[in-house]
Amino acid sequence: MTINVLMPALSPTMEQGKLAKWLKSEGDAVKAGDVIAEIETDKATMEVEAVDEGVLARILVPGGTENVAVNTPIAVIAGEGEDASAIEAPPATKAPTPPSAPQDEAGEAPKARREAAIEAAAPAPKPATVAAPPAVSAAPEVPAGTTMIPMTMREALRDAMAEEMRRDPSVFIMGEEVGEYQGAYKVTQGLLQEFGPMRVRDTPITEYGFAGVGVGAAFAGLRPIVEFMTFNFSMQAIDHIVNSAAKTLYMSGGQIHCPIVFRGPNGAAARVGAQHSQDYGAWYSQVPGLIVVSPSNASDAKGLLKAAIRNDNPVVFLENEILYGKTSEVPALEDFVLPIGKARIARPGTDVTLVSFSIGMTYALGAAEALAKDGIEAEVIDLRTLRPMDTQTLVESVKKTGRCVAIEEGWPQCGIASEVAARLHQEAFDYLDAPIARVTGKDVPMPYAANLEKLALPSVAEVVAAAKAVLYRA
Amino acid sequence: MANEGDGASAVPSVPNFTRDEELHALRQMLLIRRFEEKAGQLYGMGVVAGFCHLYIGQEAVVVGAKMAAREGDEFTTSYRDHGHMLASGMDPRGVMAELAGKRGGYSKGKGGSMHMFSREKNFFGGHGIVGAPAPIGAGIALANAYRGDGKASLTFFGEGAANQGQVYETFNMAALWKLPVLFIVENNHYAMGTSLTRAAAQTDFAMRGAAFGIPGHQVDGMDVRAVRAATAEALEWCRSGKGPYLLEAQTYRYRGHSMSDPAKYRSKEEVQKMREEHDPIEQVRLRLLADGVNEDELKKIDANVRKIVADAADFAMGDKEPDPSELYTDVLA
Repeated sequence: MTINVLMPALSPTMEQGKLAKWLKSEGDAVKAGDVIAEIETDKATMEVEAVDEGVLARILVPGGTENVAVNTPIAVIAGEGEDASAIEAPPATKAPTPPSAPQDEAGEAPKARREAAIEAAAPAPKPATVAAPPAVSAAPEVPAGTTMIPMTMREALRDAMAEEMRRDPSVFIMGEEVGEYQGAYKVTQGLLQEFGPMRVRDTPITEYGFAGVGVGAAFAGLRPIVEFMTFNFSMQAIDHIVNSAAKTLYMSGGQIHCPIVFRGPNGAAARVGAQHSQDYGAWYSQVPGLIVVSPSNASDAKGLLKAAIRNDNPVVFLENEILYGKTSEVPALEDFVLPIGKARIARPGTDVTLVSFSIGMTYALGAAEALAKDGIEAEVIDLRTLRPMDTQTLVESVKKTGRCVAIEEGWPQCGIASEVAARLHQEAFDYLDAPIARVTGKDVPMPYAANLEKLALPSVAEVVAAAKAVLYRA
Repeated sequence: MANEGDGASAVPSVPNFTRDEELHALRQMLLIRRFEEKAGQLYGMGVVAGFCHLYIGQEAVVVGAKMAAREGDEFTTSYRDHGHMLASGMDPRGVMAELAGKRGGYSKGKGGSMHMFSREKNFFGGHGIVGAPAPIGAGIALANAYRGDGKASLTFFGEGAANQGQVYETFNMAALWKLPVLFIVENNHYAMGTSLTRAAAQTDFAMRGAAFGIPGHQVDGMDVRAVRAATAEALEWCRSGKGPYLLEAQTYRYRGHSMSDPAKYRSKEEVQKMREEHDPIEQVRLRLLADGVNEDELKKIDANVRKIVADAADFAMGDKEPDPSELYTDVLA
């Protein structure tokens, strides 16, 4: 009885990883629990253990191979009495791709045993439910001729924080696993090494408490960046975000400022169930005294996070786990800061306006491409900032197109899409040729089953259908 | 009544004040008392509205703490905050005008009784959510530690708030990071209408930090000298880099939880007994008289205080409401 050792998935969203090295050689005896290899994702190094005993008969994927797909056979273990040398390699389910340029692997990636890592680990690749985002056009704020560097959103966010921490000694980051672990999603990678534990502060798992501590530090004149491992956990802290951070400037008659950034991944990841898959865009954007930013690509993430850190108000900065690993062009400018409160026309068009933000842009841009094949030119607007919302850009677009579809992964009732619709009805009613359509996450807690989760989220097809509906085209 | 918590050394039993200190404490406590009495009156007249929580009976806590604090130390408290503002040196006119919702108030009339701040006097609120001062005060202490400026953050909340989860989240972090924060639990024995024995499994609040290694000490919160001495010792601990300290000041509020509370959950006799036997102001007054201070001099102090308070009330009543344009200011910086 031979046993195929398969490339393991280390987290709910992992699709591939690097087989870093083998710790056993062909012919070595192994028993259950022996560490036989190390694999790396873009966020961590993990050990692969043998699950049975026998002899490591064949190594099918050599150490150092990048982009090994999950479930690819990487070795064969021969059982007792079998002739290890006679064993044939099983057919690969998916051939590993050859080594490519290194990703953003940690110089000192934390090692953890696989069991411990499952919950927190969550690397970048998006499952096949969403198409890769089409190329986005650069922000209008970037001067023509600027050199652009491809970068993941994860790297862009880290660079934004590092640059601002170099610039201003009052900026510091606190949160769970931001320091020694290098970030649960590796966003704070390398910051502890550069800035030390006073400025990169690991907290206990105590969201309500450390959000309040961050607010107090901001009242006293520091500029904290408070990372929530995910925004789902910010519900424990929402009292301090709303009651303490957002309202105090007003309640103090303008005396007490709260320059703080609450940031972290927001919304659905992949297959993590109802309590870990909520979009808080609508929740926080309802609150006066808060600024709410939610970027869709690396360039906006960098320029807007820098702006958020410099802003004297509390900023809720909603990132997206699935977008962390997506690469896009970031301007190679020494100090790239984007304006808060400005939407971006991601794709110009004349026939229908598609409005979204964050990962919702994936559906919007995908739909625009599909619609173009039918001769429909959609204008795609990335809100980027949810509060204050750039109504002007929306109105200008609808004046041109007369039709609008608003798209978000959040729930339908009182959502961002509802707000877009309300504003356009108020301010561009005379230009509308059809009711505004919304494509949102479905009105259910996020299901776990893969098929149901897919159904619960918006899709390119739904956006295409909505766009055709407002155009009265079949 | 000192009942040791974990690890703190004993505070000397009621060290004496100099005459000047006694006079200072008397003046400060009287200012708070008369101010609160006036606030209560103005509430009855409809000048002050909403929630209004009076500090009458608890004056010795904040006055004693302030006397032990250094210039620059920050004060943060809950919604029963008028006394802390006056003790911090904030202008009674500005405080009363805020109670009245007038433009000359510390928050331009937009905060109200529960929400006032003074950057200048290092007073950081005035927080309406029970328990919220704990992490905010610890965060201010974190800023002090970050800057290494030697300041300590004095953070007040009631014994009712001491049952909130965020208080223990804060204790853990403050102890873990050795933040220079002094938590002062003002135990006035009633969380709104619920006596502490009906709400707390552990009624020795000085013990509440023991699980985190935070030393705690109970102090007679009706005796301003005891509060100052305990606070001074606690602040020395905080400033020496050893981390947080917890003081439980045993005190009593004479009035209801807020103006709308008839306080039927306790007997009139209980209140009367506290007033007659433990009143923090009367204790100082009697000591001063025993020390040979002329009764007339004390009356003069009271008259001066009444004048200041009457002036504050006049100012508040005469002041204008905020301009309607203020509705949309100070939302964002």
